[in-house]
Amino acid sequence: MVNYIWAVMALIGIIYAMFNGTMDEVNEALFTSAQEAVQLSFSLISVLVFWLGMMKIAEEAGILKALNKLFRPIVERLFPELPKDHPAIGYILANLTANMFGLGSAATPIGLKAMEEMKKLNQSNVASRSMITFLALNTSGLTLIPTTVIAIRMQYGSANPTEIVGTTLLASACTTVAAILFDRLFYHLDKTKLHK
Amino acid sequence: MGWITTFSTWILPLFILLILLIATKKKLPTYELFVEGGKDGINMAFSILPFLLGMFVAITILRSSGALDAFIGLIKPALMFVGIPPEIVPLGIIRPISGTAALSLTAELTQNYGPDSFIGRLAATMQGSTDTTLYVLTVYFGAVGITRMRYALKVGLLTDLVGIIASIVLTKLIFGY
Repeated sequence: MVNYIWAVMALIGIIYAMFNGTMDEVNEALFTSAQEAVQLSFSLISVLVFWLGMMKIAEEAGILKALNKLFRPIVERLFPELPKDHPAIGYILANLTANMFGLGSAATPIGLKAMEEMKKLNQSNVASRSMITFLALNTSGLTLIPTTVIAIRMQYGSANPTEIVGTTLLASACTTVAAILFDRLFYHLDKTKLHK
Repeated sequence: MGWITTFSTWILPLFILLILLIATKKKLPTYELFVEGGKDGINMAFSILPFLLGMFVAITILRSSGALDAFIGLIKPALMFVGIPPEIVPLGIIRPISGTAALSLTAELTQNYGPDSFIGRLAATMQGSTDTTLYVLTVYFGAVGITRMRYALKVGLLTDLVGIIASIVLTKLIFGY
C-alpha cells in the first residue's frame, strides 16, 4: 500500500504540473525537499545520540523496569505478543509518557529504540503486530500539554492560550481509543485474510 | 499559564537528574553506558535518511504542483455539506501528511482568524490532538528497515479522520458554537 501511495503522490504531482504550468515549482521542490530531508536526518543525530545514551543508563539502572511493572496489566493487554519483561516494553512506555508531556525530542529516540527491540523479536522486513499497535498509539498522539500550539496561540495574542488544553485532551483521548479499536479490527481482518 | 512554561523547561533536566542520581547510587559506569547507548543513534539517523528523503520528495512534488490545493478545492463543497468548516479543510488533509506544513497552516489560521475565534480554537485542537502519521510511520519503520507496513497506514489514517471529527465536535460543544 505504501508503494502505491508514494508513487501516486509523485505521479499525480508531475502530471498535474504538466497542465497547471507549475513544472518550475516542482523541479525546484525536488531538490530543496531532498536537501531538507538530509538536514532533518542529520539534526536527528544529536537528539538520537543524546537520548539513546541517557536511556541506556536508565535501562541499566532499572528505571524502565520499574515503569514496566507499574503498567504491566495494560501492556499485557495491548501487546499480547511481547514476552513478559521484554526491554521493548520499557521503551514503549517511556515513549508514550514523553509524548504525553509533549517532549517530542526525547520521545522519538526512545520510540525508535522500542522499534529496534521489537525488531529483534522477528528478524524480518515485515511489520509485526506489536510494532503496528505501538505506532497506532504513537500517531494518535495522546497529549496532556500541547506546548507548540500554546506557543503559537501566545504569539498571536490569545486572551487565554491554554484554554484549548481541554478540547485537545478530549480529542486525543478519542483518537487513542479509535487507534486501539482500528488496530484490533485490522489485525483480525489481516489474520483471516492470511488463513484463506 | 506560567506554570506550563516552567514545567516544560524543568521536566527534561529533572528527568536527567533522576536517571543520573539512581545510576550513580547503584555504582553504574554512567559515562561508559551513555557512550555505548549513544552509538546506536548514529546508525539510526543514517538508516532513516533514505526513507525520509523519499517521502519528503513525493509530498513536496504533490504540494508544489498545486494538485493538493486543487484536490482540497474539489472536495470542499462535499465537506461543507456535512458541516465541516471550509477554512479548516486544508489543515485536516495536510495534518497527517506533513508536520511542518500543518504547523505553518495552524499558525496562519491562528493569525488570520484570531486565536480565540472558532477557527483559531479548532485549528489548535486539531494540531495538538494528533501526530503526523506519515512522518511517524516513515521514520519509525525506516529506522529499523521495515519496508512492509501491512495495515499500519490504514489504522493511522482512519484514526486521523476520527481526530478531525472529534476536534470539530468537541470545539463546537465545549466553546458553545
